[in-house]
Amino acid sequence: MLNEEVHVNEVLKKYPSATREDLLDILHDIQESDPHHYLSDAALSDVAAHLGMDLADIKGTASFYSMFSFSPRGKHVIRICDSPPCQLLGATTILQKLIDVLGIAVGETTSDGLFTLETASCLGVCGVAPAMMIDQETYGNLTPTRIAEIIEQIRREDEAS
Amino acid sequence: MKLARSLVLIEIEEDSLLAGAKAVEQAFSAAIEEQGLAQEIRVAETGNLGIIGRGVVVVIYPEGTTYVGVTEADVPEIVSEHLLKGRPVKRLQACLAPCRDREKKGLGLTREQPRIVLKNCGIIDPESLEEAIAVGAYEAVERVLTEGISPAGVIDEVIQSGLRGRGGAGFPTGKKWSFTAPGEEKYLVCNADEGEPGTCKDRLILEGDPHRLIEGMLLAGYAIGAKKGYIYIRGEYTLPIGRMTRAIEQARANDLLGDHILGSDISFDIEIKKGAGAYVCGEETALIESIEGKRGYPRLKPPYPGQMGLRGKPTVVNNVETLANVAPIILNGADWFRSFGTKTCPGTKVYTILGHAANPGLIEVEMGTSLREIVYEYGGGIRNGKDFKAALIGGAAGAFVDEAGLDVAMDYDNLRDYSAVLGSGAILVLDEDASIVELLQGILHFFAHESCGQCATCRSGTDRLVDILSRFCSDAGTEKDLDLLLRVSKLMQEASFCPLGQSPVIPIESALRAFKQEFLDYKPVLTHS
Ligand SMILES: Cc1cc2nc3c(=O)[nH]c(=O)nc-3n(C[C@H](O)[C@H](O)[C@H](O)COP(=O)(O)O)c2cc1C
Ligand code: FES
Repeated sequence: MLNEEVHVNEVLKKYPSATREDLLDILHDIQESDPHHYLSDAALSDVAAHLGMDLADIKGTASFYSMFSFSPRGKHVIRICDSPPCQLLGATTILQKLIDVLGIAVGETTSDGLFTLETASCLGVCGVAPAMMIDQETYGNLTPTRIAEIIEQIRREDEAS
Repeated sequence: MKLARSLVLIEIEEDSLLAGAKAVEQAFSAAIEEQGLAQEIRVAETGNLGIIGRGVVVVIYPEGTTYVGVTEADVPEIVSEHLLKGRPVKRLQACLAPCRDREKKGLGLTREQPRIVLKNCGIIDPESLEEAIAVGAYEAVERVLTEGISPAGVIDEVIQSGLRGRGGAGFPTGKKWSFTAPGEEKYLVCNADEGEPGTCKDRLILEGDPHRLIEGMLLAGYAIGAKKGYIYIRGEYTLPIGRMTRAIEQARANDLLGDHILGSDISFDIEIKKGAGAYVCGEETALIESIEGKRGYPRLKPPYPGQMGLRGKPTVVNNVETLANVAPIILNGADWFRSFGTKTCPGTKVYTILGHAANPGLIEVEMGTSLREIVYEYGGGIRNGKDFKAALIGGAAGAFVDEAGLDVAMDYDNLRDYSAVLGSGAILVLDEDASIVELLQGILHFFAHESCGQCATCRSGTDRLVDILSRFCSDAGTEKDLDLLLRVSKLMQEASFCPLGQSPVIPIESALRAFKQEFLDYKPVLTHS
């Protein structure tokens, strides 16, 4: 928990005279620096105190936006696009392959804490449909074979580091 | 900028990075160094070139030769053959279908594919202000300053040009600016939320020519009397956010943003705001709420943002592509702009060709270009030699256009006559085997997921639509259900608070108009491509 306080404080320090208008930026920064890529209750309380806002108000606002998560996620967050252009080119098969390879359902995290699987609306990379993002990286022109390779590669890199 | 004999441009965008663009770039630098050509040949990065799914793309100037699918292993050959001996490496050369096909078919190319918006994308290094200036960036601002063109003069030029908003609705841009209420404090907001499924055109501009957007915003801000501009970019656009941030810093450092721009009494600055994943935030009033740090609920209109927008002040919201048209209009004049496109919709439009097209990609063509031309000439026809069935134009809030609509000269007005919409310019091409039923189900899911929940009509209506269409997916649907589907969506059109809930009727009505029988005959099997 102590660790968490540190990264939240680091972020809040960057916004000394913050107002409500900085809320989304602050939440993005906190979530990105959190090892579990989420907004904990403790973090949200700190933000509320910093901005002089109600915790309920902060939660209500943050929960409107699909990029924010309120429960801990894996080290890597996979967001696969399920919008029509990607669907047309086989996104459903790709999603199924991810479910099989990772052994988890959408919204879950692998038991080793490495991956969380989520679906998302159009990611704006439709030119390479079907597409997904893992953290900040985009992966396009996906095929079931490539899914297995990509996951395998990230697993290997993680073991090595 | 030091003069170089040749310029090797490596496309750096998300897909090419994945295909190893960085390694290719390093290989070029190393090979050029090795050959002792470092003084003569420059290697630079460029933004998205609009060639999609072809791996690492490299363009060599002054010839303008485009290579696709380049790997590290190909680099020595390109360096020794092309750069040293001047012989292009044929096997890697891109076949740029549109021009070729036109020549082959004897259509004759009356003029080159007009590039207004994307003119510099892929030609300059988007991280270099010098290069942007070398191809004419900020010349329009200079013209305004040296010729003393007034804000009203800028607005008038834009009105005369006939420029219409490229964000979807096609509202005349100059008029929108002229309707802005007077006031001490006003704002300009650039809408870079780009959430309409199948649209990634704004990304190309943000990534490939950020100074074009800054100049457009500067001119727009001057015209309406705003000193502050915001770019609201969707949170997923990491690379575009990085490029824009850098460009804004460069502009500030060079007196092109900030107080007293180029020594004049004009002041204008730009701040980037990051979205957080909500389709509805692309709607202008929801976007304003989001900038204010609230839930992205659309506001009741009127008052329009021009009267009461950000922080209650008069605000103009314009799309990225709209603003990218402004500098060339001010520089070259309204008549020049009107020489492109149609009478009521002058200029060009950037389209994304997706789905079952043989060559998916981004193109910029004149307004009034037909769907047939876009699909068959620019898109290379249907992949795997199949037949055309339909195209979904304008994203999820768009309409299905079947063969009968192939020859409509597409612009905002002509498509409306056909009960379709141009929208954001997404063109999803469907081959003969594509299932309209499944696609529509995907669209309805999208709306149900993205409904913001503010009004009950849309919140429960979108769920209802999914339920009704699901009956067909379990083989239980009847003609009555189709009537119900249409009725509910029409009701939503009338009673929803914002345009999101008013949209599902467009794809539904157009799907049923051309493909009703397909719904009745539908046998649920999951088809994959
Ligand atoms: C649900 C919804 C989503 C929208 N998404 C976008 C978007 O992503 N980008 C955009 O420029 N306009 C979008 N619009 C249109 C904007 O409300 C607005 O009309 C536009 O930004 C005005 O710019 P323009 O006049 O330059 O076209 C959306 C509208 C609705 C109703
Ligand atoms: S539709 Fe999947 S990224 Fe746009």
